[in-house]
Amino acid sequence: MKAAMLRSVIRRSTTSSAASKTYLSSRGFSSESAPERKVAILGAAGGIGQPLSLLMKLNPLVSRLALYDIAGTPGVAADVSHINTRSEVKGYAADEQLGQALEGSDVVIIPAGVPRKPGMTRDDLFKINAGIVKSLCEAIAKYCPNALVNMISNPVNSTVPIAAEVFKSHGVYDEKRLFGVTTLDVVRAKTFYAGKANVNVAASPRANLSDEDIKALTKRTQDGGTEVVEAKAGKGSATLSMAYAGAIFADACLKGLNGVPDVVECSYVQSTVTELPFFASKVRLGKNGVEEVFGLGPLSDYEQQGLEALKPELKSSIEKGIAFVHGN
Amino acid sequence: MYHEKIAGTHVFYCLYRGCCKMAATSATTFSIGSTASAGCKVGHLKQPKAFSIKFNSKNYLRTFNGLKSANSVNCRSVSSFLGSESQTALKRSYKGKLQKQNQRSYSYVQPQASYKVAVLGAAGGIGQPLALLVKMSPLVSALNLYDIANVKGVAADLSHCNTPSQVSDFTGASELANCLRDVNVVVIPAGVPRKPGMTRDDLFNINANIVRTLVEAVADNCPDAFIHIISNPVNSTVPIAAEVLKQKGVYDPKKLFGVTTLDVVRANTFVAQKKNLKLIDVDVPVIGGHAGITILPLLSKTKPSVTFTDTEVEELTVRIQNAGTEVVEAKAGAGSATLSMAYAAARFVESSLRALDGDSDVYECAYIQSDLTELPFFASRIKLGRNGVEAVIGSELQGLTEYEQKALEALKPELKASIEKGVAFVQKQPVTA
Repeated sequence: MKAAMLRSVIRRSTTSSAASKTYLSSRGFSSESAPERKVAILGAAGGIGQPLSLLMKLNPLVSRLALYDIAGTPGVAADVSHINTRSEVKGYAADEQLGQALEGSDVVIIPAGVPRKPGMTRDDLFKINAGIVKSLCEAIAKYCPNALVNMISNPVNSTVPIAAEVFKSHGVYDEKRLFGVTTLDVVRAKTFYAGKANVNVAASPRANLSDEDIKALTKRTQDGGTEVVEAKAGKGSATLSMAYAGAIFADACLKGLNGVPDVVECSYVQSTVTELPFFASKVRLGKNGVEEVFGLGPLSDYEQQGLEALKPELKSSIEKGIAFVHGN
Repeated sequence: MYHEKIAGTHVFYCLYRGCCKMAATSATTFSIGSTASAGCKVGHLKQPKAFSIKFNSKNYLRTFNGLKSANSVNCRSVSSFLGSESQTALKRSYKGKLQKQNQRSYSYVQPQASYKVAVLGAAGGIGQPLALLVKMSPLVSALNLYDIANVKGVAADLSHCNTPSQVSDFTGASELANCLRDVNVVVIPAGVPRKPGMTRDDLFNINANIVRTLVEAVADNCPDAFIHIISNPVNSTVPIAAEVLKQKGVYDPKKLFGVTTLDVVRANTFVAQKKNLKLIDVDVPVIGGHAGITILPLLSKTKPSVTFTDTEVEELTVRIQNAGTEVVEAKAGAGSATLSMAYAAARFVESSLRALDGDSDVYECAYIQSDLTELPFFASRIKLGRNGVEAVIGSELQGLTEYEQKALEALKPELKASIEKGVAFVQKQPVTA
């Protein structure tokens, strides 16, 4: 999720097909005809979970919103339920209610877990978060094995493989339905790029960046999370921007499920794009989850180097996750 | 032409005009538009409707339809990231009906992010999600976040979102002035929240001081801004703000608002649930104040027109009045409404920005200085314009039911006392000019 990301993200492809334009030019769903969709958020009372719950409540594609956490969710649900939007909100707290929270879910978003403190890497969270993710995935396997799982809990490089192994052991693994949410990296790349190129954040990227700029942007995108952890000085990691990004990705999943064509987002998925079993790249989302995993396209030398450099670390993170499930 | 002029903001209009418009949105920005009912020509009782959030991911023509009736579904949003060649190609690919609709619509223009919003109390329970929602607005060019602590982290977090506004953080009294300079809208959620068993008035002593200090700074640094007071007890903190502004010689009653939008949102939600109505259609005006029985939902004025039994009126009214307490209890000491308050406040900010931008169709309920009753402050539906309150919609106080009339009389003494408490607080310790 590093150097290669930046360029592919920045190279705007205007590949929206005529078909998609026609589709999108026809009426989309009004809230009455939009399909019923249940979204469950596991960890809804946390730093990411709360603003994420708010944004999902505001999404008219959601008809039911289940907020689960080990505690605090009755309050969050009561709060959010007052908002005059389509979805019916229910709060679920503690293990006993996890099944009900999950039943019938189309999309499950998992921000549960502990955040980094200054000086920590995402891997430092492994011990605690691996256990949390494992038990939540066991419940998903039991109660909503067909749901699209959006993994936010860090370290994503490992927690996604953990989820895969748990689903495999229950015989319900579908590699098209498991996603590590990397949208925030894309968001950061776009924002930092716009700042560096001195363009509007929405502008189409045309500026040619110098090598120094590319290096600086790559590094800044890679360290974006740490930037926030430091700025929060012990009070947590990115919550609001993570909620924002998580909501964008969940929305993309819902659109895909609803048959909107050409829904493409970057995501960390099971992949054959490289020799690694999991890899983030652009994927097209549809009724079954991942419909297509896009390759990387031509890379610059710098990106090629970045790609080779990342593989060993990513490989060992993946193996650590897999080993964790089989060790237990 | 009006449309081109406001091209930058037609993302919002798209949501409430109820007709097909091309909406240019910047990549991955959200529009939090309150929608108004179409077709009420005279304009008096256009009601703001439910919000919708449109996520427009950068790469696509995407629209997700908000909570609108079917005919407004043809709202399309064009990601303005598309270069001009792509935009032409896009235009060409549209056919027939759509082309005709295009001609009526706007040119593909990037939305003009042009307004500065300050949030005082941005690191708090309401402040953080509120800051997020305002960050997502394409109308905002600068978002100034202030608090006594922890706001650097919040700003760093939000600054990564790819929306037009520049986020800046300001910590402590020494930086408050810089936070407020040139700001168009100041939102004040600062203060402490209720715990179970407390009334909003129990917060008075702490929050009164906070609001006073902050409004002094507003008076000194951005006296022309719209001021949105969220800090409870709103019934008192708004009069406090007014007194401070008066003593500073900058008071403009058209620009000082107690945010009561959450009461309207709750009324809409509870009525829709009770009567099994489509939320998007429901609008209930709420008048009076923002605490307990001073919150008076005018159920008889619900749109669409609904009949309620006496029991339903009683139950709904009480539920709406106590909804805040409902959340305080559910949170069991962990706080009061934050997320729904952030939503309501963001909606009111959006409405203010639209009004500032020249939209002539902006209506909200708010607690303001008012001649509607004998009380100096009163919440009612208002029309917002460039200069703040443009009109107070008094017609809604005509033709009240007996229940509502009684409730109106019953709320006045409490509201009066709260107002006087606020005024007295400032007058005891006049501000330094």
